[in-house]
Amino acid sequence: MSVQNYLLYVVTPIIALAFIIIIVRFLKGPRMYDRIVAMDLLITSGLGLIGVFSIYFNDSVFLDVATVMAVIGFLSTIAFAYYLDKEDIKRK
Amino acid sequence: MIQDIVIMVLCTLGAIFILIAALGISRMPDFYTRLSVTVKASTMGVGFILLAAIIYFMEFSISTKIIAIIFFLYITSPVAAFMISNTAYKTGIKLWDQSVVDELKDADFNKNNEDSNSEEH
Repeated sequence: MSVQNYLLYVVTPIIALAFIIIIVRFLKGPRMYDRIVAMDLLITSGLGLIGVFSIYFNDSVFLDVATVMAVIGFLSTIAFAYYLDKEDIKRK
Repeated sequence: MIQDIVIMVLCTLGAIFILIAALGISRMPDFYTRLSVTVKASTMGVGFILLAAIIYFMEFSISTKIIAIIFFLYITSPVAAFMISNTAYKTGIKLWDQSVVDELKDADFNKNNEDSNSEEH
């Protein structure tokens, strides 16, 4: 069994199952904070999927996408936290 | 051959860690416990998968790029978790009713907010 077949038939389904569970929480989450955490976890798991893809296609260009996605995930979480903080002060 | 086995083991470990993070965010009863299990497990899983990519490519430029990604992820993920949990606690999200420790119970966040507002004027 080659590495590519193993990644395609074992590792990718596990990550896809994780994605489905996270998306259920993303749709269900009772508050906005739960949705933000679920979005952060989606982006981080997407990094893992991009790593698996770059091994599967034997192409390292996908790792540039991973870099940009890591930055975007961090900045979006910080921006949402800042926004919710300021909105709370304004409401008081 | 050994390289292939190492890559398979690392990728499987990483995928299982990501699955544990997903199960945690689905099953945990509270916002703070969800945040805790998510940040630790997912960072660990992505670190394992990117380590497998380093071993697969074995090239200097690609390894540098991947190590930069892992370093950035390990630095920024706790910071983001701290920011979002701090905001959630200030906004008044309740802890789980069976939680044991609440060290911020006596902290007065409103006073700090008023101080920062008066400094802005």
